[in-house]
Amino acid sequence: MAMTMAEKILVKASGNKEAEAGEIIMANIDIAMTHDLTGPLSVEYYKIGIKKVWDPEKIVIVFDHQVPADSIDAANNHMFMRKFVTEQGINNFYDIREGVCHQVLPEKGHIIPGEVVVGTDSHTCTHGALGAFATGIGSTDMAMVFATGKLWFKVPETIKFDITGKLPDNVFAKDVVLNIIGNIGADGATYKACEFRGETTRNMSISDRMVLCNMAIEMGGKTGLVEPDEKTINYLKGRSTKPYETMKTDNNASSLETIHINVNQLEPQIACPHNVDNVKPVSEVEGTYIDQVFLGSCTNGRLNDLRVAAKILKGKDISKNIRMLVIPASREIYTKAMDEGLLRIFIDSGALVCNPCCGPCLGGHIGLVGPGEVSLSTSNRNFKGRQGSSDAEVYLSSAAVAAASAIKGKITDPRTI
Amino acid sequence: MKGKVWKFGDDIDTDIIIPGRYLVLRDEKELAACVMEGYDPEFAKKVKKGDIMVAGKNFGCGSSREHAPIAIKGAGIFAVVAESFARIFYRNSINIGLPLIEAKNIEGHISQGDIIEINIDKGILKDLDTNEEFEIQPLPDFMLEIMKEGGLINYLKNHLQEIKEG
Ligand code: SF4
Repeated sequence: MAMTMAEKILVKASGNKEAEAGEIIMANIDIAMTHDLTGPLSVEYYKIGIKKVWDPEKIVIVFDHQVPADSIDAANNHMFMRKFVTEQGINNFYDIREGVCHQVLPEKGHIIPGEVVVGTDSHTCTHGALGAFATGIGSTDMAMVFATGKLWFKVPETIKFDITGKLPDNVFAKDVVLNIIGNIGADGATYKACEFRGETTRNMSISDRMVLCNMAIEMGGKTGLVEPDEKTINYLKGRSTKPYETMKTDNNASSLETIHINVNQLEPQIACPHNVDNVKPVSEVEGTYIDQVFLGSCTNGRLNDLRVAAKILKGKDISKNIRMLVIPASREIYTKAMDEGLLRIFIDSGALVCNPCCGPCLGGHIGLVGPGEVSLSTSNRNFKGRQGSSDAEVYLSSAAVAAASAIKGKITDPRTI
Repeated sequence: MKGKVWKFGDDIDTDIIIPGRYLVLRDEKELAACVMEGYDPEFAKKVKKGDIMVAGKNFGCGSSREHAPIAIKGAGIFAVVAESFARIFYRNSINIGLPLIEAKNIEGHISQGDIIEINIDKGILKDLDTNEEFEIQPLPDFMLEIMKEGGLINYLKNHLQEIKEG
């Protein structure tokens, strides 16, 4: 039977021979991730009457949302989770210094193709960039995983995004995915697997593929997926020694629909307040006043984003009315950016470089915006109240738009700098 | 079950339901005190036990935070009715025993403050102010079972061995 990648991975995880979209299956979980913010609620597995988690080696815990602790409540949550880690003998534990979970897991080799990954974080779909079936779940679902190592899934239908053409200068994966979300809407892919294909996807780095998959949830998707190839295999070298199986969508597999996107003429895209699908080309919002620029997050806090921004900022000062936060997504990225001299460029231009963490992305930690203020952010969500006050506004963009806008003090097309 | 309607639009996201800065909280009552703060800071004070939230499409989009359905349930909301729900919110709500009712074509037909009656067994939702009736989409059997057993934790207590042996 011809199957999609998503179907093949779930079939294998369930021990069945085949499955069709719509069927409910019970899958064995390969990696279960939780973090400092949603972790404490997930640890309620013991309420089921169980003392030990099913397999401590398959659990990964990352502290990233409120690091270092910014309140006594956060410190309490950290203490609570550290105790859980010790009691359960969990070795894959990354305390406050390591960075954002969706960067740390692939970097540290926890993600390999063909596996089922769940995390108590909606952007767990990011890991589909390496060909895993990865999806966000809630804390009670995680309690079931901790207790049994299993979780039920409805096998999703797949939407194929066939991306072709050459990205123009200063146009990036972020612009492609914002454009897609603007077109299909915030619920355009609800319950569906979003598989990114086509020559443009093939030409993208793993980091850029992560940007596409990261934002699958912003169109309602259950997971993002990219077929593993040479680039995937190269990425895994030196990170993971686990054997893996690369699964690919059969040509004649029935998928719901194919959406064709040609990027040859694509402009930088901006998601305007207060919904991720409120997307406009930069030319329509140029000149919009901003107070803060945030370069970071599990969407665009990677080395290539920092390089793009540093190239634009080199030798220039950011505008006096702007506060700019640069937050590398992980310690590995932070040290590489340091070695390449990127951090120096940011600091010289007037930006503030913070420790690897989620930062203002979710409005729970550092760098929040006040009532009436406007943030331009390379992250993935601009909901009302997302980065602080519910009377603030958040615009989303690529790293290039963020850097150019920081210099001008207003939303700026990087092609004009 | 009857209740008073609190009306909302499309795409009500989890940051509106419970903003990120409150996620350090774990207690149902503490979370309930800030529910829907981004929408109406007084909402938690106004809502009464047994009230029902009615919204448009894609309710609960965004984060996987289970704090969102916990805050809604903790505020005394009996059920959430919407044209459609986001996936993770949907699972989370059923898992903690917050009834979600999917009903099409309610947009523009049910108003703030109306009293509605929900009959899950018959699959009917009725607006007692207008006498209009709407069909409820049935829950998948598996989720109905979880709901009937009082949420996923109870379900697991009852079925742990079967699931483990699978
Ligand atoms: S960077 Fe933002 S979106 Fe990513 S995990 Fe952290 S809070 Fe969530």
